[in-house]
Amino acid sequence: MPSLKDLKNRIASVKATQKITKAMKMVAAAKLRRAQEAAEAARPYSQRMAAVLTNIAQAVGADDTAPALMTGTGKDDTHLLVVCTAERGLCGGFNSQIARHARDHVRKLLAAGKTVKIICVGKKGFDILRREYASLIIDRVDLREVKKIGFENADQIGHKVIGLFEKGEFDICTLFYSEFKSVISQVPTAQQLIPASAAPVAADASDASAVYEYEPDAGAILTDLIPRNISVQIFRALLENVAGEMGAKMSAMDNATRNAGEMINKLTLNYNRQRQAQITKELIEIISGAEAL
Amino acid sequence: MVMADFNFELVSPERLLLSEKVTEVVIPATEGEMTVMANHAPTMTTVKPGVVTVKTADGKTERFAVFGGFADILPTGCTLLAESAVHVDELDRTILENRIEAVRAELEGAGDEKKTRLEQFVAELTKLGEIVIPA
Repeated sequence: MPSLKDLKNRIASVKATQKITKAMKMVAAAKLRRAQEAAEAARPYSQRMAAVLTNIAQAVGADDTAPALMTGTGKDDTHLLVVCTAERGLCGGFNSQIARHARDHVRKLLAAGKTVKIICVGKKGFDILRREYASLIIDRVDLREVKKIGFENADQIGHKVIGLFEKGEFDICTLFYSEFKSVISQVPTAQQLIPASAAPVAADASDASAVYEYEPDAGAILTDLIPRNISVQIFRALLENVAGEMGAKMSAMDNATRNAGEMINKLTLNYNRQRQAQITKELIEIISGAEAL
Repeated sequence: MVMADFNFELVSPERLLLSEKVTEVVIPATEGEMTVMANHAPTMTTVKPGVVTVKTADGKTERFAVFGGFADILPTGCTLLAESAVHVDELDRTILENRIEAVRAELEGAGDEKKTRLEQFVAELTKLGEIVIPA
């Protein structure tokens, strides 16, 4: 049975923790708003990019002039996984969800006898994946110092990936990140980057098929465009990740604050009960002492 | 005569910089500057670093510095997807110099073909600096 003083200390410490989690929740909420705005601001670009890309892909068609980044190497022996996670923890299952998704994928690929290489973006994913697949991780990108993710950060990663591809280091590249559905729901997602899958926009081909003039020519534009598109996809993934991280952190901290509140209530009840018991005990002692006289 | 206007959008990966009705846009395309007006033939072109001059429907002129990208031109509108873009008023010499430095650093150890391309890029950036910020 803890003494009254112990209980008092305990209550004070839980209260202090609650203050911290509450502050973290508010910080996360403010950052979430900013992250959402950033993600929204970036949307027009990636949408237009996708539209233009489909347009050109149609113009170039399936002939042999299409760059290798789009058609792939024709093999699927070596896979590169770019796993984007957060730099910091304390955001519920956010990081482990992405890592688990990636791990399942790795397991499947290894079982099928493929070679797997991993690039980790963000510290947390690296920490988790290192335990099992340390030998597969070929690189990691640290964004810890970056306050606000800019296009340059994504571009650097993009260049890295393309550089590896040109050296023939891998055949297929998949990007892992968490799609931001809402504050309480983030879905870990895998997206194939290379070869670029240009499938989904076949339906509105009719209005997109305006006869374009290309300057310099369609092939050259496409070669210029596809590396950029990879960077854009990575950029989008990073932004979604930041928004998701903040959302997850917000709800995790909200839960923590609520738990701390419950704990304080319980402890206070306990404390009061014990205090009352002690008073009663002292009274009995006095009374029985008086009676003995 | 009232000039016909069309929608012009300037987007960078970070944000939508401009979306307005305009009468005339001058784009620094890779194969020479081109002026886009309403009912332009559908064209797709890559853009080199330079200044985009926009004449809005209400007669104002705005200038943006862009660092490469491409433009998608339709009779009814024009979208410029810039790698990176800033309003000329917000541009200053240090930003530009940092960029040139970065490209120079990339030049070290780059392959021949890439080297020519990067050198061209540096030249374009330098020229852009001269246009926008008189020394």
